[in-house]
Amino acid sequence: MSQVEPQGPVLTAHRAGLIGCRSCGRVWPDSEAACARCGAALVPPDRRGLQAVWAWWIAGLVMYIPANLFPMMRTQTFAGLQGNSEATILEGVLELIDHGSYDIAIIVFVASIIVPIAKFGSIAWLAMVAGRPASVDQAHARLKVFEVVEFVGRWSMIDVFVVAILSALVQLGFVASIHPGPAAASFALSVAFTMLSAQSFDPRLIWRGLPLQSQAGN
Amino acid sequence: MMPGPTHDLQTGAGLMACPRCDALHVEEELQPGETARCIRCGTVLARPRGGAFSQLIALAFTSMVLLLGAVFFPFLEISRMGFGNATSLFGVALAFADGILLPLVVAVLAMIVGLPVLRAFLLVYTLAPLAKGLPPHRHAATAFRWSEALRPWSMAEIFVIGTSVALVKVAGLATVHLGPAFWAFCALIVVNVASRGFMCQTTIWDAIEDAGLHTDGREMVEAPHP
Repeated sequence: MSQVEPQGPVLTAHRAGLIGCRSCGRVWPDSEAACARCGAALVPPDRRGLQAVWAWWIAGLVMYIPANLFPMMRTQTFAGLQGNSEATILEGVLELIDHGSYDIAIIVFVASIIVPIAKFGSIAWLAMVAGRPASVDQAHARLKVFEVVEFVGRWSMIDVFVVAILSALVQLGFVASIHPGPAAASFALSVAFTMLSAQSFDPRLIWRGLPLQSQAGN
Repeated sequence: MMPGPTHDLQTGAGLMACPRCDALHVEEELQPGETARCIRCGTVLARPRGGAFSQLIALAFTSMVLLLGAVFFPFLEISRMGFGNATSLFGVALAFADGILLPLVVAVLAMIVGLPVLRAFLLVYTLAPLAKGLPPHRHAATAFRWSEALRPWSMAEIFVIGTSVALVKVAGLATVHLGPAFWAFCALIVVNVASRGFMCQTTIWDAIEDAGLHTDGREMVEAPHP
């Protein structure tokens, strides 16, 4: 596909007085409200959309607090004789390290502690710098961050699945049994809310802050 | 290749805006195997593959069959000191069935089985008439848009990684037997990766449009009228 104006700054749909559909790419006059090809709502690339990002972001952060304070699962061995332990996310990781399974400890630590925190930080940063002036390189870096956040967000759900599988599987009556804790629900909600937050972020805002004279054009 | 004055900056006809950075591009017909990238941010705009539609339909059917198998065959089984327990996929979801965790049952079932099946169905609904050269079904555009919107929420591959983490955790505690449902899920990952390789949203949108939906005269390919 060739550019409309190969010379000078890149012509965007917004600058041309048009509006592009984020779902299918079709371009419509600015006055249209919905894409007639795919039916998606047409949203102009402005900072108003960031309200939704922040709303989901706060919801996700609020749910992330109980997710870390309440136990993720409750393990009962020998009818409680050999210990009746409740483990939060962090305690679960420490337990794995105690058992010597460092590789799994790293997977769980990254998926349920590093990734969520990095995700909160990255989305907040993207939403704050969105629409601010940036060089082309900065814009590329921001888009990269956005793509990583978008890709990695759903993988935090691993922990919820692990709890579900363990609770369903380890039901050995007297010997051992595992039950899910309330943190599983708040963690799942936190992951879902941050996914929605990342999805509400409009990457076109990253590029709106570019200076009008692009280096490539001069 | 179709260059030239086919686009209109007033109405947007014949143009395409990059969904990532809004840069305007003139639509051109690509040959299978070619890749179109955004001039500014490098996002892949279109990457048509020859015979993609029938491949995608076949893969969608494959994943439906695998998921059906995964639902009805045993998933995992453990045993220790004469005590044993087996679980199916439903058992996994129903692990959350007590107390305030109840909504998670529905969420987990949807993420690992419901949405993958629904997406496969929506894709077949959209593509089956197009592959045969017939006009698309009435709700093809809506179906395909939903299929794409639900993509991040169908988490079969994440579930498989979660299973392996759980297996390592439980390995010291008891002996584990992997059931057919587990292997069905592993196969599902391969099917999903293959399906990703053939999927090109732009091509499908153009095909839906060219095959007769929303005929507002803005299509790139003229219908073969005499």
